[in-house]
This record gives sequence, C-alpha cells and structure tokens, in this order.
Amino acid sequence: MSAPAFNNKIIKWIDERIPLFTVLDHSTSSYPTPKNLNYWWNFGSLALFALVIMIMTGIVLAMNYTGHTSMAFDSVERIMRDVNYGWLLRYLHMNGASFFFICVYVHIFRGLYYGSYKAPREILWWLGLLIYLAMMATAFMGYVLPWGQMSFWGATVITNLFSAVPVVGNFIVTWLWGGFAVDNPTLNRFFSLHYLLPFVIFALVFLHLVALHTSKSGNPSGIEIKGPQDTIMFHPYYTIKDLYGVGVFLLVFMGFVFFAPNFFGEPDNYIPANPMVTPPHIVPEWYYLPFYAILRAIPDKLGGVIAMFGAILVLFALPWLDSSKVRSGRFRPVFKWFFWLFLADCFVLGWIGGKPAEGNYIPIGQAATFWYFFHLLVVLPLLGRLEKPLALPASISASVLKEKA
Amino acid sequence: MAHSTTAAPSGSSQGESRRDFLLIATSAVGAVGTALAVWPFVHSMNPAADTLALSTTEVDLSKVAEGMAITVTWQGKPVFVRHRTADEIKSAEEAPLSDLREPTPDKDRVQKPEWLILVGICTHLGCIPMGQKASDPRGDFGGWFCPCHGSHYDTSGRIRKGPAPLNLVVPKYTFLTDSQIRIG
Ligand code: HEM
Ligand code: FES
Repeated sequence: MSAPAFNNKIIKWIDERIPLFTVLDHSTSSYPTPKNLNYWWNFGSLALFALVIMIMTGIVLAMNYTGHTSMAFDSVERIMRDVNYGWLLRYLHMNGASFFFICVYVHIFRGLYYGSYKAPREILWWLGLLIYLAMMATAFMGYVLPWGQMSFWGATVITNLFSAVPVVGNFIVTWLWGGFAVDNPTLNRFFSLHYLLPFVIFALVFLHLVALHTSKSGNPSGIEIKGPQDTIMFHPYYTIKDLYGVGVFLLVFMGFVFFAPNFFGEPDNYIPANPMVTPPHIVPEWYYLPFYAILRAIPDKLGGVIAMFGAILVLFALPWLDSSKVRSGRFRPVFKWFFWLFLADCFVLGWIGGKPAEGNYIPIGQAATFWYFFHLLVVLPLLGRLEKPLALPASISASVLKEKA
Repeated sequence: MAHSTTAAPSGSSQGESRRDFLLIATSAVGAVGTALAVWPFVHSMNPAADTLALSTTEVDLSKVAEGMAITVTWQGKPVFVRHRTADEIKSAEEAPLSDLREPTPDKDRVQKPEWLILVGICTHLGCIPMGQKASDPRGDFGGWFCPCHGSHYDTSGRIRKGPAPLNLVVPKYTFLTDSQIRIG
C-alpha cells in the first residue's frame, strides 16, 4: 500500500496523521475491479444500502417506540397515526427488512452460481454467512417489538426451539425469556438486542469488505485477475453502476412502501398480543419460511431443530464440499442444471413453510428437505469429480473480447 | 536451562520456574475472575425476584358443568381445567400404556378422576392446544389438538400423535374444598 500523492495541503496534512484518504483511495479509485462484472454484482452494495436505511429509520422509530408489553402495540399505532411521517418511517423499516433479505438472498445465490466461496475467498464467505445469521436474529427480534399476535406467537415458537436441547433446554428457554413465558422481560431484552445487533452487522460488513479487498472481487468468468488489462477502476466505473442499481432498487422498494406496504406482512400482527389465544395458523416472516419447512419436515422435535440449524451451518463447509476446481457455473455444464434445481428446491421449501403441516404438504416438504441436504452433501462433492468442465477463456479480458466478437 | 553450561547466575533456573509459576498462577486467577465476572451479566437475564415470587391462582369449580372446560391464568400461563365425562375418564384409563409416547397411567395425572388440571401449553413449541371450547377440534383422541404443527392429546392430556415429545404438564394443585382448588 503505497500512499498516493495528494496535491491538497490539508488532505496531505491529515493523511500523514491518520491515513483516511489513503484507505479511501485504495478501496475506490485505485481498487482494481474486474471489468466484466454483471448486474448480479450489484446486490452487495444494495444490501449495504438497505442496512443503512434500517439503521436510520430504526433510530428515529426508537425515539417513539415503548418497549413495554402494556404500551408497545399502542406506541407503534401512535407512530402510524400521530407521529409526523411516522407511517413512512415504519413502512420503510418494515419493507426495508424484506428488501434487505431479498438483496442478501440474491447476493448469496450469485455466490452459489459463480463459486464465489472458493479459495481464496472462504473467510469472505464465512463473514457473509455470519452477517446472514445476525440479520435473522435481528429481524426476528424486531418483529417481536410491535407486540401483535404474530410477534408474540412467533417469539414463543422460536424461543421454544431451544427447549429441544437435551437436559438444559428448559433452563435456556427460561433464561431467554427472563420468566416462565414470553413476557415483558423478553420484550425488553429483545428491544435492547434489536438496537445492538445492526451495529454488530455493520462491523461484520466492514470485515467482509476488508476480506474482499484482500482477495479482490470475483467475476462471472471465475478466472482471477492476471494484469491491468483485466481491470478497471472501481471509481468512477462501479460507483456509478452501483448508484444506477440503487435507483432501480428505490423504484421497486418505494413502490411497495407507498402502494403495498403490508404486502410482506401478516394481518394478524395488527391484533394486540394475547397470551391466551394462539392464532390458528402461525407463519414466520417469508424470509424464514424455507427453514421453517425444514424444521417441520422432521417428525422429531430435536431432530427438526438440528436439521433447521444444520441447513445454515452446512453452508460454512461449502468451500470444501464443492470439489470442482472451476469456479464459475458458466463453464460447468452439469452443475448449472443442479444449481437451478437447488434454487427451485429452496422455493418449494419456502412455499411449504407457509402452508399448514398437513396432507400432501408433509411429504413434499420432506422430499424438498432431503434434496436440500442431498445437493450440498452428495451432489456437489461428486459433481466436481465426475463433471467435465468447458474450456476456460485465457483471461478476463479475453473472455470479454470473445463475447463481443 | 538447568544443564546450561554457560555461567548462568546461580539460582537462575529456580528464578525461571518461579516466574513460570507466577505467570500460570496469575493467568489462572485472571481467567477464573473473568469467568466469575461474566456470571452477573448472564444471571441478570434469568427471572427476577418479582417474577419468581410464587403466585397462586384459586379456581371455583362449581360453575364448570360435566363435559365443560375453562382456562385460567397461572404465572402468565394458561391452565386447562376440564370436568371430564364418564366416557372420557374411561377412555383415558383404558388406553394401553404401550400406546403412549410418555407412558403415565391416568390415575397418576389426576387427584379426582372427573377433574383434569393441565398447563395448557403444547410441549412441542409452546402453542395453546385447541379443545377447550365445544366448537374446537379435539384431535383423534378426543382431548386437545395443537394446530401449530399437529399434535394430538388424549382425554388425559397425554401426547398420542404429532411432533410434541411429552404429555401436557400437570401443575401442582390442592383441593381447598370439594369445589375449590388452588394452583401453585
Ligand atoms: C439489520 C437491520 C434491521 C432489521 C433487519 C430490522 C428488522 C425489523 C423488523 C422486521 C421489525 C418489525 C416491523 C414491524 O412489523 O412493525 C422491526 C421493528 C423495529 N425496529 Fe428494526 N431492524 C433493523 C435495524 C434497527 C435499528 C438499527 C433500530 C434502532 C434502534 C431498530 C429499531 C426498531 C424499532 C423501534 C422497531 C419497532 C417499531 C416497529 O415495529 O415498526 N431496528 N425491525
Ligand atoms: S407447538 Fe403444538 S404442535 Fe408444535
């Protein structure tokens, strides 16, 4: 990292004392970025944009929100009716959570298709998974805050998952609740943690970017950068492309915020929490549905919980499960089909997760759960050995020129 | 060290082992101290004294006719009080123990056969099973049915089918009079 020469005296003076401008320069202007990134590479910056929206709206919501069982629901209704632009801030926060997950899911599947998790990007991949886990915890606790029926019963069902742990399960659950049922102590601590975790996520994103700038961005061809002819400067080329992405994102996002703000929500959450009445059909938020389907596919309590957590944990081993030397799915004729099948399988799981556990939904959910694990644990390791990949282009630059020719 | 041939000052080997000892001892005390310091943080999240203060609930049974059930609140949890019919008692008593997931005879779950008192929380993931109201579904065994993930309980509140691992819990209760109980 040689420091760039700054002309401006003040910038030079500051940079010699704290190298803010050197770091900025290294991660933008002089950060060499593959010149063939497609639009799937936009979703990382979009996820960061969504995180910023969540923190900004969250902080102002917290100024009007009350973390007490007797007042939480009404304080959210007051935000909706009386607080200036409160409805907008809450709808931004509510839909922002969904769009955050949409961006992150696209980002993850981009990684699955292009083999972004392979060496030397394993730790980058792990940090991404940690961000994903922290997001799930944050959104879960946020959903409890408005203290509606789904808040309460979602919290009850999810915290009870821990009672499946042998021997100490019930102690863990009591500890999580701070009582003998989901109640005021639970709401209070969830608010505290819901405020904290987004900043933990921010720190993880920072590490994610440090790892990224060490291993450099991957690209659709899956071949590493070989020289300056393969790259362009991040700034201004990708800053402008990312900004264009933000524009499209905002168009769709604000469309939901203004015209269908409750599309992703559950009407039952506008009924105040009632610990004495379980709603007939408890569904988690859409972004948890595939995992909820896996939980219910196993007819044993502990087994279901293990399968559900295992479904995420197995992704940490992906860099070693996928034995193929070729990164990009573009040059893997058989893998490609299995990728789309896996994606379809995740959609089936999501669909089943939203259905009651009865009739045909049960065997379909079990088949889809089986395929989820089969794909990751058996298909990927075998494919790398059996599949004959297509010939790789000589370089990033060559691959781009060939496309154009 | 001990066999060093260079002219080490006498007592140096002893000095080093004393240093090692001090290092290990200090580290150990530090580690234990840190572990102890974590405990107040962890324990602060356990139920507070006011939450723990044992609350009891008294229930008047005289208004619960045979075949009816009421739900009362005890420590923030729903408690089912069911006045069982002769048929319900019979089916609970005659269910072969070998059919049960958590085999407990009905007589161990009641003080008086006609009164069944249960914590109304599904032992799967904590939903409230249906079956208290006459219009509710009661599952395949005539007791309760949990709609969340489909657990069926019999007329003794024992798990018979579905993902729940255990029977509905019988809380501690005492008959104050023939028509009055205290839960807790
Ligand atoms: C990772 C970022 C975040 C995610 C995914 C997230 C998610 C959520 C979700 C799903 C809800 C429930 C919305 C509803 O149905 O009403 C919620 C509510 C809430 N969140 Fe966040 N949140 C994030 C960051 C923050 C931050 C940084 C704060 C700041 C303190 C915050 C404060 C609140 C408050 C006060 C509520 C309750 C008001 C309401 O329900 O609208 N959130 N959050
Ligand atoms: S909570 Fe009752 S069946 Fe799952």
